Amino acid sequence: MIRDDISIPFDVQKIREDFPTLLRSVNGKDLVYFDNGATSQKPQVVIDAINDYYTNNNSNIHRGVHFLSQLATSQYEEARKIIQEYINAPLSEEVLFTKGTTDSINLVASSLGELFSEGDEIIISAMEHHSNIVPWQMLCERKGCILKVIPISESGELKMDEFDRLLSNKTKLVSVTHISNTLGTINPIEEIIKKTHAAGGYVMIDGAQSVQHIPVDVQALDCDFFAFSGHKVFGPTGVGILYGKKEILDQMPPYQGGGDMIAKVTFEKTTYNELPHKFEAGTPNISGGICLGTAISYLSEMDLSAIHAHEMELAAYAEEKLLQFEGMRIVGTAQRKTSVVSFVVDGIHPFDVGTLLDKQGIAVRTGHHCTQPLMDFYQIPGTIRASFAFYNTKEEIDVFIKALERSLNMLR
Amino acid sequence: MTLDEKQQEIIDEFAIYDDWMDKYEYIIELGKELPIISDENKTDDKLIEGCQSRVWLHTDVVDGKMSFTADSDAIITKGIIGLLIRVLNNEDPKEVATAELRFIDEIGLHEHLSPTRSNGLASMVKKLKLSAIAATS
Repeated sequence: MIRDDISIPFDVQKIREDFPTLLRSVNGKDLVYFDNGATSQKPQVVIDAINDYYTNNNSNIHRGVHFLSQLATSQYEEARKIIQEYINAPLSEEVLFTKGTTDSINLVASSLGELFSEGDEIIISAMEHHSNIVPWQMLCERKGCILKVIPISESGELKMDEFDRLLSNKTKLVSVTHISNTLGTINPIEEIIKKTHAAGGYVMIDGAQSVQHIPVDVQALDCDFFAFSGHKVFGPTGVGILYGKKEILDQMPPYQGGGDMIAKVTFEKTTYNELPHKFEAGTPNISGGICLGTAISYLSEMDLSAIHAHEMELAAYAEEKLLQFEGMRIVGTAQRKTSVVSFVVDGIHPFDVGTLLDKQGIAVRTGHHCTQPLMDFYQIPGTIRASFAFYNTKEEIDVFIKALERSLNMLR
Repeated sequence: MTLDEKQQEIIDEFAIYDDWMDKYEYIIELGKELPIISDENKTDDKLIEGCQSRVWLHTDVVDGKMSFTADSDAIITKGIIGLLIRVLNNEDPKEVATAELRFIDEIGLHEHLSPTRSNGLASMVKKLKLSAIAATS
């Protein structure tokens, strides 16, 4: 892939200069932003692109013959191509713009789900985000399908032997997360995809936590659907991607009706537009789509393996420091992990720790991380989660550890 | 002491802290000290599920005055409950129903009572006021 050839050396201090939000202070302290699993900060190029779009190029797309409409349309479609290339999708019409990962999953559940019937089975896992649970539950209620859940081990890894038992010729779809937002576990999706295809089912991958950390090649993976959000990959909020194989998308009925998704409308019968427009009803988030392209271009100029190495070094350093605290328990200790460190401390509520860290300028996430069944599995109310991005540093971890020490001393 | 005087007393107490962590140190102490609900009242029907922390609330009217006991699994939430109880307990139901809890804003804790904070406190105050309204009718 070309992105390796144009990579620039990894210099975290230089990279930080690209992210203006990282320079601000919070509660009188320099911001330490460790909530990247929730959303990433935006580089100046993305902020400038948003500004440029609304300042110079704003227009509706796909219908105007005038200059601005043509310009906005070509920028929007160019962004689709940038994203197509980044995830190595064979065709640009297989890359659908959505509102985000949640919307992408709902699209598949609503539309592909129409082709399912009573007794068909859908498999998810015990570590899924609510957005990869609830749409399937709703589909099961609507169609009489059966939802099955792959259990996990104490370390936060999928029990693959149990998966083998759940998988059968009744399995219509397996929808699992590539990387757990709460635990950081990298799931063996290659194996899941291969086995599910052998059993005759489709596979959807929730990539909300993966595209920004590890290379994703949808052709090499051979997944049928892959979803991710713009705002977690240094792009704007309110835009995301659904990749789907053309032959499957072509069989699926439209998700929503409206403008742009039609070929011809009469009161007697309406015919639908071709991909990708069939699934993109109404005026989309034009600026969001264009600027997601900018974010992906920014990301593709980086050496993703250097990013991964840096982030893993941060996570290892943080875990080592955290384990020096009494009563500390790291939640999620899988062999293959990304830079997510979730933890609990005996006798201390995560909310209290999050509140005190915030007052010291440190942004972490506390709570159940929209994975309540996972919290039930571990029998905890929530965790404190530090999730690192490539712009974080060891010095920030030192500040965090010091602030955590002060917080725990107050709470004990 | 009137309800508002009690609020003012809390505002004055907090005025001596100019550092956030000192304020929280004090709130945590309040949280640690207060045994605020009896175990038999700490039942699921008294539970308010917040997204972040959970709150138990038991309300009663004793000799025509409102009486609350409450608890939370998070100690900061518990400390703030302690302050609310100090202001609202032993007051006429009508006073409680119409009370404007200005001390929360003035000591800088408004974020904890915002519905988006999801710690159960905003719902707790709502329930508490509803119980006071019910006691007036």
